[in-house]
Amino acid sequence: MQSSVEVKGPLQLAPQKARRFKLTHARKRAALGYLFLSPFLILFIVFTVIPVVQSVYLSFTYYNMLQPARWVGLSNYSVLFLEDDIFLTSLKNTFIFAVIAGPLSYCLSFLLAWVINTLKAKMIFSLAFYVPSITSGIALSIVWLYIFSGDRYGLLNNALLNWGMISEPILWNTDPNTIMPVIIIVSLWMSMGTGFLVFLAGLQNVSPELYEAGAIDGISSRFQELWFITLPLMKPQLLFGAVNAIVGAFGVFDIAVAISGMPSPNYAGHTIIAHLFDYAFIRFELGYASAIAVFLFVVTFGLGRIVMRLLSSKDQ
Amino acid sequence: MSFTKFITRFNRGLLYAFMIALVGFTSLPIVYMISTAFKPLDELFLYPPRFFVQKPTLRSFFDLLTATDSSVVPFSRYIFNSLFVSVAVVLSSLVVCCLGAYVLSKFKPPGAGFIFSVILSALMFSPQVTQIPTYMIVSSLGLVNTYWALILPKIAVAFNIFLMKQFFDQIPDALIEAAHIDGASDWKIFWRVIMAVSKPAWATLIIFSFIGNWNDFFSALVFTTSESMKTLPLAIQTLAGGPGVVARTGALAAGTFLMTLPPILIFLLFQKLIMNTMVHSGIKS
Repeated sequence: MQSSVEVKGPLQLAPQKARRFKLTHARKRAALGYLFLSPFLILFIVFTVIPVVQSVYLSFTYYNMLQPARWVGLSNYSVLFLEDDIFLTSLKNTFIFAVIAGPLSYCLSFLLAWVINTLKAKMIFSLAFYVPSITSGIALSIVWLYIFSGDRYGLLNNALLNWGMISEPILWNTDPNTIMPVIIIVSLWMSMGTGFLVFLAGLQNVSPELYEAGAIDGISSRFQELWFITLPLMKPQLLFGAVNAIVGAFGVFDIAVAISGMPSPNYAGHTIIAHLFDYAFIRFELGYASAIAVFLFVVTFGLGRIVMRLLSSKDQ
Repeated sequence: MSFTKFITRFNRGLLYAFMIALVGFTSLPIVYMISTAFKPLDELFLYPPRFFVQKPTLRSFFDLLTATDSSVVPFSRYIFNSLFVSVAVVLSSLVVCCLGAYVLSKFKPPGAGFIFSVILSALMFSPQVTQIPTYMIVSSLGLVNTYWALILPKIAVAFNIFLMKQFFDQIPDALIEAAHIDGASDWKIFWRVIMAVSKPAWATLIIFSFIGNWNDFFSALVFTTSESMKTLPLAIQTLAGGPGVVARTGALAAGTFLMTLPPILIFLLFQKLIMNTMVHSGIKS
C-alpha cells in the first residue's frame, strides 16, 4: 500500500483519510500482535532457533567445552561416516528400529482407533490404550525389565520354563540378539498413545451422514468406507501422526537405555541419540555430537518433507 | 436374514473379546505395578512371583521414605521438584503459546506465515537434537542447577502453539468483531472470548504439557548436576541403579506407582475434552 498523498480533488480527500487511518490502524494491530507474540518469539528464538543454528556451526568444529571451538571443516562428518564403527552400528540399529517400529506403531494406532471408534464404551477402551503412553517410559521399563528379566524370576522366563519351552532362562536384555526385539516390543506398546488419540479424535470428526451418502453411492464394505471416506478426510491427522511417528522413531533413546543399559552389550541397543548423548555429555566432544545431531535432523526433516508431500491436502 | 444377523453379531462378539483381551494385555504391566507397590516383603521375593497382591500393605511406601533418608535429599524433594517444574511449565506455556497462537491466527501481522513455517519445521526436530546448544545457552545465562533451567526452555513449544493455532482458526472472526464493537480491548477479547470458547483446546494443551514434563528426565539429567535438583523420573532411575538390580524392590515399586499416578489422574479428568479437541490438531485442516 502506498502512503504518498497525491490530492487531486477535495472529493478524494475523505477516502484517502480513511485509508490512512486504516493503515495506521493496521500498523497498530500489527504492533499489538508482535507484542502478544513476543514472549513466545523470544523464548522460541533463544531456546530453539539459536540452538539449532549453533548446533549446525559446532558440527564443523572441535569443541570440548574447555577450549574455544576450533574450525575443522568437514572432518567431523568424515570421521562419523568413515571411521566411527559404533556410529554405524547405532545408525543400523536406529534404522532397523525406525523401519519396523515407526510404520507398525503408526498403522496399529490407526487400526486401534478405527476399531475402538465402532465399539461401545469408547472411553474405557481409549483409556486402556492411552494409559501406557501417559505413564513414564522409565517407570514402566522397570515393569518391563521384570517381564524380560534374565533370571528365572523374570515373568517371561518363568512362564517359558514352566511350559517347558526353554530349559534355561534367556538373558533377554543382555543378549545382543534379543535386545533390539525387546526394545521394539516395549516401544511399540509405549508409543502408540499420541497417534492413537489424534486418530480417534479425527474419526469423531467424520460425520455419519457422509457414510450414509457413501452407501447410496455404492460403497458397500467397511474397508471401502475406510479407504474412500475416512482416510481422505483424516489427512491432517494422518500427517500429524506421521510426523510424530518419524520424530519418535528416530529419537528412540530412553527406553533403549532403560532396557539395555549404556553402553549396551556389544552396542546392540545403541541408537543415534544414545551415541549423541555419549559424545555430548560423557566425552564432552560437542562438535562431534553436533554433527550427529545435524545428520539426524537432516534425516527427520527429509522424511518429514516426503510425508508432508504425500499426505498434504491439495490447497497447500 | 437372521443368519447374516447372527454372523454379524458373532463377529462383533469376537471383536469385543479380542479387544478386551488386548486391553488385558496392555494393562498388564500397570496392574502388576499397582499390585507390586502394595506387596509385603515376602511376596516381593516370592518364587514363582505372584501377579496379584495377597496381603496388601503400605510398607513399601514407608520403605521409600526411609530408604531415601540415607541419601542426601529426601524423596519428597524429588516429588516437589517434579510437581513445581511441571505446573510452572504448563501454566506459562499455556499463556505464552495461546497468546502467540492468537496472533498467528487472528492478527496475522506481516511475517506471520514465515514464523508459522519455522514453527512447523521445529516440530520435526527431535527435541534431543537441540539439547546441546540449549545447554550452552542455559549455562551461559548462568541457569544450570536452577529451576529456570528446567522451566524456561520448555515454555515456547512448537507443538503447543501449533495445536492452539489450529483451534483458534476455527473461531469465526465475526465473534471477535462483535466483541470489538462492544468496545472490548484485544487483551480482554483474548481472555474473555478466545480462551472461553476454546476451553477444550487449552485443556488438551494442559494434559499433553503436564504429562510430557512430568515424565521428562532428559532436562533434569542434562541441566542439573546437584542431587537436590533431580526430578522424580531421574531419581527413580537412580534408585533402580540400572537393569537387573533387585535391591530396594519395594521402595522402587512404590516410587514407580507414585510416579504414574498424577498423569493418570490428569488424563481421567480431561479425557472427554481431549476427544473433542484433537480433531483440529492435524496440519492444514
